[in-house]
Amino acid sequence: MTNKIVVDCSTGEVQEIALTAEEIAEREVMAAEYAEQKAQEDAAAEAKAAAKASAEAKLAALGLSADEIAAL
Amino acid sequence: MANTYTLISSVTVGSGGAATIDFTSIPATYTDLLVKLSGRNSASGDDRFTIEFNNSSSNLSQRRLYGEGTNVNSDAPASAIQPTGIPQDSYTANTFGNTEIYIPNYASSNNKSLSVDAITENNATTAYAMMVAGLWSDSAAITSIKLTPMSSGNFKQYSTAYLYGISNA
Repeated sequence: MTNKIVVDCSTGEVQEIALTAEEIAEREVMAAEYAEQKAQEDAAAEAKAAAKASAEAKLAALGLSADEIAAL
Repeated sequence: MANTYTLISSVTVGSGGAATIDFTSIPATYTDLLVKLSGRNSASGDDRFTIEFNNSSSNLSQRRLYGEGTNVNSDAPASAIQPTGIPQDSYTANTFGNTEIYIPNYASSNNKSLSVDAITENNATTAYAMMVAGLWSDSAAITSIKLTPMSSGNFKQYSTAYLYGISNA
């Protein structure tokens, strides 16, 4: 069973309440959407890293030192 | 300038974990709010959690700046405010991330800005440090704050959240 924690700041009461079937279903939908978004972000980051490595290799081939490349 | 910090409420997640942590009935008697979260995700694959006010998932916008051990990035996801602050369960065992969420003028009738400073912990190349500038475009006073892991995981046992009220006088 999955619970949510609800803190009533007016009383200080902390309750652990089981998720309803509707909340569980909503959570699964959101998790799927966020997983897809995360995959897109990770792919974009990998593409950016690959482009950076490629650019650095081309600069090195032109004769720039590692320190000179890092200074750009 | 804030000169008083008052602990409004706090919670420590128990052995069953928690799908969400929801601070409700927040009094409007302070100037700003501060949430300090020490958290870990029970699932692997995602270090993010969402921040919602008054159970609203709309009218939220953000700019995120972050590094993850190799690259630095900036983006603006169109959906929920989503800092990376709860290490996924594949990260170094028993480590917890730290997050501060600062919400100035939370009870005003203007739109609500927030800033988030978050890090994960991981004894490996990949570990996140992130700043988020967020906006909730809503005139309602903030009366509840809900934190939810973005994967299907839960906040793990011993995760803690503290809510402070800050007054300017």
